Amino acid sequence: MSLFDWFANRKKSTSPISQERQEREIADGLWTKCEACGVVAYTKDLRANQMVCRDCGHHIRIYSNERIRQLIDNNTWMPMDEGVRPTDPLQFRDRKSYRDRLRDTQEKTSLVDAVNTGVGLLEGERVALGVMDFRFMGGSMGSVVGEKLTRLIERATLERLPVIIICASGGARMQEGMLSLMQMAKISAALERHREAKLLYIPVLTHPTTGGVTASFAMLGDIILAEPKATIGFAGKRVIEQTLREKLPEGFQTSEYLLQHGFVDAIVPRTNLKSTLAQLIRLHRPQPTQPTTHHVSLSGVINVGTERYAPVSPE
Amino acid sequence: MSNVVTSERKPYLLDFEKPLAELENRIEQIRELATENGVDVTDQIRQLESRALELRHEIFSNLSPAQKIQLARHPRRPSTLDYIQAISDEWMELHGDRNSSDDPALVGGVGSIAGRPVVMLGHQKGRDTKDNVARRFGMASPGGYRKAMRLMEHADRFGMPIITFIDTPGAWAGVEAEQLGQGEAIAYNLREMFRLDVPIICTVIGEGGSGGALGIGVGDRLLMFEHSVYTVASPEACASILWKDATKAPQAAEALKITATDLKNLGILDDLLTEPIGGAHSDPLKTATILKQALLHHLTELSQMTNSERRELRYQKFRRIGVFMELSA
Ligand SMILES: [Zn+2]
Repeated sequence: MSLFDWFANRKKSTSPISQERQEREIADGLWTKCEACGVVAYTKDLRANQMVCRDCGHHIRIYSNERIRQLIDNNTWMPMDEGVRPTDPLQFRDRKSYRDRLRDTQEKTSLVDAVNTGVGLLEGERVALGVMDFRFMGGSMGSVVGEKLTRLIERATLERLPVIIICASGGARMQEGMLSLMQMAKISAALERHREAKLLYIPVLTHPTTGGVTASFAMLGDIILAEPKATIGFAGKRVIEQTLREKLPEGFQTSEYLLQHGFVDAIVPRTNLKSTLAQLIRLHRPQPTQPTTHHVSLSGVINVGTERYAPVSPE
Repeated sequence: MSNVVTSERKPYLLDFEKPLAELENRIEQIRELATENGVDVTDQIRQLESRALELRHEIFSNLSPAQKIQLARHPRRPSTLDYIQAISDEWMELHGDRNSSDDPALVGGVGSIAGRPVVMLGHQKGRDTKDNVARRFGMASPGGYRKAMRLMEHADRFGMPIITFIDTPGAWAGVEAEQLGQGEAIAYNLREMFRLDVPIICTVIGEGGSGGALGIGVGDRLLMFEHSVYTVASPEACASILWKDATKAPQAAEALKITATDLKNLGILDDLLTEPIGGAHSDPLKTATILKQALLHHLTELSQMTNSERRELRYQKFRRIGVFMELSA
């Protein structure tokens, strides 16, 4: 047990510091309270465990920067398309104008929209990575998310890279109307070309992955991974409850539920995610294959596709 | 979802049609009174009738998005099977997703239009309350989307163009739908429709509800009837989420930009099909003729391209959709 653990456990029972001070320090980010079991842990220590609660295993929600830090080898991340910014094409206004909502969210989160994309090394393997960020309007998918993911996949097809997308989204961004819905098709089109090129795509479903994202790129992986106990579904629970007028089954729309029904390949704890992804990428490196033509030239068979996959050194 | 309770015979009157109906009633009354009393009112009647026609024009050319939704959901609006019957020379419905289900909310089959063999499929709403319950108001299940995909694969194998009709409030939301992978079923279609070699023409004939519509909506051409709507989320849902008030649905309908004209402006729609004054249901045969002509026009255009040209254009058509700005790095 680390000193921090000991301290955290002591806090649980006797709380050596005043309630007020503890709350202040949680607000400062020094301490983090696990929303599942209530244990207060030293944030630095939690981060060392990838924000997975050491007491109950709960996966505390993390955001794009933290995720990239966890998955990509140090100093190898090259972000893409950071200049792509949202606009207000419909001049949408609900209780607040979309323009103001965008500006306020950008200020609050220092993000420009709900996805970060780029290329980097993952245990030395070059990958195209997209990470959705739930902080930005619930990770909703509008034109910017669609465009950045499409460019990422197109680049991966061109450079023959595997694509990994960390999904976290409430669905389409209503404030961009039909432009949002069409991003589902646009991203799927890019994935079709990536697939046609026989390249590997792995979406990782994190809490929550719902709506339009589930009905497009989240479900189109060659292999689909999920974090434990994430909410994953197409329709919202409230909508289903309204149509059924009855309570939903236990564990409905969780990672475990999807695994049981055959829509997820494996549930991977965050602490194993990087090594699992690296393993899968290594296993799917293109192998020299027997050509299907009748005239086989043996000398031509040996080196098919291996050269492009020479290990890339970190810059 | 509309509540269909009115009896089959009575005309369904939408509130914005009421002034028109009143005027038409008055004309009828005057005519009856005149006959009873032996008075000649031909001139007055003619005047009133031309006023009624003007009013009809006025009403139907200035519909709000919320009113268009009412028309798009009109219980008498022609459905997928109505159009298929009207435009095809031959038609045979085919059933089943080959994976244990046959969804009546999504129908399809083989047939021919003007002598060309095609595969046609679409969401099917019910023709009455009972039928609507069976067909879930056109809300397709995962099995429905998988049946659609199976039929589209069939079309691709035999080089038959695919014609889809969109008319759904949205994909079916239920425990079973989730269990069977509603998201996966739609996602799969989105990707695979880009792979197909044959021409694909999609037409929104009524309601285009979100992912449930898009699940058979990826094509070389998107056509849409004048009073159809196509929306990312139902205005009712949007209002309750963004306005926290479901009664704000008309405002949401306005803000979401869901009409054919809106979608044309956003670069999503290729061809806006004019409806007879009074809407598609006021003259289904005329509406079907308009649809048939448009389909044949686009089929001819698309048939002149090679498979790879068409697929490239289909990719580019969707690739362009989206509005953002880009700051130089
Ligand atoms: Zn915990």
